[in-house]
Amino acid sequence: MNEMTPITKERKQTFTGHQALILEEKLIFEIGSADKSGVDLEPVPEVTPRLGDCMAPSKPDLPGLSEPEAMRHFVRLSQKNHSIDAGLYPLGSCTMKHNPRLNEKMARLPGFSDIHPLQPVSTVQGALALMDELAHWLKTLTNMPAVALSPKAGAHGELCGMMAIRAAIEARGELETRRRVLVPESAHGTNPATAALLGFKVDEIPANADGRVDLAAFKEKLGDDVAAIMLTNPNTCGLFERDIIEIADALHEVGGYFYCDGANFNAIVGRVRPGDLGIDAMHINLHKTFSTPHGGGGPGSGPTVLSDRLAAFAPLPYVVAGEDGFDLIELEAQSADQPFGRMVAFHGQMGMFVRALSYMKSHGSDGLRQVAEDAVLNANYILASLQDVMTASFAGPCMHEALFDDGFLKGTGIDTLDFAKAMIDEGYHPMTMYFPLVVHGAMLIEPTETESRDTLDLFIATLRDLVRSANAGETERFTNAPELAPRRRLDETRAARHPILRWQTAEEAAQAAE
Amino acid sequence: MRYLPLTPTDRGAMLSRIGVDSIDDLFIDVPEAARLDGPINLPPHQSEMQVERDLFAMAAQNKTASTVPFFCGAGAYKHHVPASVDHIIQRSEFLTSYTPYQPEITQGTLQYLFEFQTQVCELTGMPVANASMYDGSTATGEAVLMAHRITRKKRAVISARLHPHYRGVIDNLSDMGGFDVASPEDSINGVEDLIELIDDDTSSVVVQYPDFFGNIMDYTTLAHEVQARGCLLIVVVPEIISLGLLKRPGDMGADIVTGEGQSLGNGLNFGGPYVGLFAAKEKYLRQMPGRLCGETVDADGKRGFVLTLSTREQHIRRDKATSNICTNSGLCSLAFTAHMTLLGGQGLRHLAELNHARAVQLADKLADIDGVEVVTPAFFNEFAMRLPAPAAQIIEALAEKSVLGGVPVSRLMPDANMDDVLLVAATEANSEADLEIYEAALREVLKGVSA
Repeated sequence: MNEMTPITKERKQTFTGHQALILEEKLIFEIGSADKSGVDLEPVPEVTPRLGDCMAPSKPDLPGLSEPEAMRHFVRLSQKNHSIDAGLYPLGSCTMKHNPRLNEKMARLPGFSDIHPLQPVSTVQGALALMDELAHWLKTLTNMPAVALSPKAGAHGELCGMMAIRAAIEARGELETRRRVLVPESAHGTNPATAALLGFKVDEIPANADGRVDLAAFKEKLGDDVAAIMLTNPNTCGLFERDIIEIADALHEVGGYFYCDGANFNAIVGRVRPGDLGIDAMHINLHKTFSTPHGGGGPGSGPTVLSDRLAAFAPLPYVVAGEDGFDLIELEAQSADQPFGRMVAFHGQMGMFVRALSYMKSHGSDGLRQVAEDAVLNANYILASLQDVMTASFAGPCMHEALFDDGFLKGTGIDTLDFAKAMIDEGYHPMTMYFPLVVHGAMLIEPTETESRDTLDLFIATLRDLVRSANAGETERFTNAPELAPRRRLDETRAARHPILRWQTAEEAAQAAE
Repeated sequence: MRYLPLTPTDRGAMLSRIGVDSIDDLFIDVPEAARLDGPINLPPHQSEMQVERDLFAMAAQNKTASTVPFFCGAGAYKHHVPASVDHIIQRSEFLTSYTPYQPEITQGTLQYLFEFQTQVCELTGMPVANASMYDGSTATGEAVLMAHRITRKKRAVISARLHPHYRGVIDNLSDMGGFDVASPEDSINGVEDLIELIDDDTSSVVVQYPDFFGNIMDYTTLAHEVQARGCLLIVVVPEIISLGLLKRPGDMGADIVTGEGQSLGNGLNFGGPYVGLFAAKEKYLRQMPGRLCGETVDADGKRGFVLTLSTREQHIRRDKATSNICTNSGLCSLAFTAHMTLLGGQGLRHLAELNHARAVQLADKLADIDGVEVVTPAFFNEFAMRLPAPAAQIIEALAEKSVLGGVPVSRLMPDANMDDVLLVAATEANSEADLEIYEAALREVLKGVSA
């Protein structure tokens, strides 16, 4: 990998604008037409409309495409995306691991995909059994007594956990006095946003030189006005919070609750149970730890496990096993506990539950432990193989992700963004950039357990070559990058200053510009 | 283990590069008290075939919508999804990519989100739409919070004919966030007096279209009256296909429109994943929750798309963010856009007409049965009817005859004194034969009741 291919300064121009396999594709609104359709429908029977005064005078002004044209449109778009299936996608904190296709097949079984959330409970016993089994796996893996399945995504699970905490505080009659939520400065942005949404005051805790919560500073902040701590473990620097049990004990002593952001559970699944660490609530991103596909930004799923202290406050609905089979508790009046309410219509992301259970059963207890071990091994392999040329922010071992900062780029005229964009030309999706905020120019690399050693070796060699190039003053390789992607750098300032958020005809656009 | 590429040899070599003896050395930061001695008590790994066997068995215990005459709605609808839609969303490049943080290599996702936003704007008649939310209920909860932010007020007036689960989501957010809600008495049809409930601290009025009992009515006057009192009108559309045939909420003057997009491109899935729709007037753009995709150009001047206006969001604003939402419902919004593209405006209109016609046919057939009264005068593809016996009981009896006949109102509103009311939906997925089977089955079941 020492010989570098010379960079093409300008791409050959073509008549069509296409560049071999990279095909330009216009918007549907520019290629479709109002009288085209890719769906054949039965004729409409003659009836007297019963629409009151609400019938629209005309059809929606949206173009259609025939099926072959639609396939081509979306396939061409797809080819402009990087994906895990095509290559390494080391976005730290996002856990871009392989998505087994068995899970897709199982989720599409009509017995799961073609059932209505409100059809009689007697006709969906298998679906409830699946939810119950998923709950059993999640509770056992975390050593927690209860789980709320309905949250729709990680941030929604976070909201669920914090709502359960708020409900418990209210039940204790301390809502007026417990107003403060402690959040480490390295936390995901969703943590303070969630606490604020519930009316709590966010109080930041600094990190220590090891990249972990500063235990002394944390203890100083404790008091009987503390509602909770929101702590990610392993944390967003990719490190296990060594003092976590001491943190939990001290917090419980002053009557606070321990919310753990479970985004990084994939690092410890099968090896460490959060219930053994003193945690009261933790969301689990099924799309991270249990491999349900990320789908371009969703749908996610964020079941939230709860401790004995919070179990009674779990939201509606939930599944219970009775003598005659499974039942759904959907109403407060049916519940023997004190549910805090409803987070969502219906029962949660069933499609994701099926995929996650398929993944869990495939791995089993032994395989899940191996998942955590290989994820941690791969990350440490990267850390060990790059720390002589890049700046590791903290001493290892790390958990499932390796954090570097931009110290090694000092004086090169290249920043983290440039470095990331150069990786694109080399065929990689960049790592997470500028997060966590506790180090300068952060680069957070999470390889996951589904990458082979060969893939990691080539990745490591590529990054080493980029570092060499940066130090050798080959700045154009970075500042001009990417040059080989379907698009070069996009003008984000322009997008924000003059937002164009939908397609408009030329006349409409001209009018809007005035 | 079929999903793990590392071999024992790899692991050994990698540990030695790292400079440790065993994998346990990488977990040394875990407190001793929390280290497990052995494996967790769950079954060991299984082959594909074994997993399939387990899940097939569970799936087989459920009665599926396509195999029986099926009439359930109430916020989730059985529609036919073209086969090509599922192939499109299973493209690796869509399925296994993430939020488009690096726009140069995620133009595929960004362009379909831009197309999605445009389609949602056109369908709702609103100038701006976001790149989707979790589902219709959470989108509606976010809309109420947004109205509170815009008006700096703390109370929402909510139609008693908003879907009870959506209402539950709003109640919960209000309860937890220190906000108030008010509603008129329960009613099945007619005009609700929402205006009289508005007070000085009211930010918004929330109505559903078609409402929970299937009623459709023009909200133009309501919009004027609400806005004259300094409040926002939020219109909720749980059946998006209705907008192929009905006047658009934006044309009626709505300030915020939320909706459930499941009916386009997405299956029933026992309630999720679905796709929340969120659109608003342009002046409220900067108070909107969720991701927004915008058009721009790249360094060569070529058109491209990026996520934009992210200064509203949690990863920048943290505790000052407009919402804690991080993801959207990407793949479900792709399914929505692909299905909408296949239909086109003309196809959607046709589909909506077919839905309405089936519902009218069914209402007429069922109203003909002694003791059955259809109580929704104007409707799209779903209506309410009163039965001479508790609806929950009738539904069970119909299910024994393999007819899934609708949703009893009592399941969602046990205290509304509507035990005899059943919600019935008909779509293009119902054949005329289905309607006849339903009619015959209901006649028979009711005969049993009166006897």
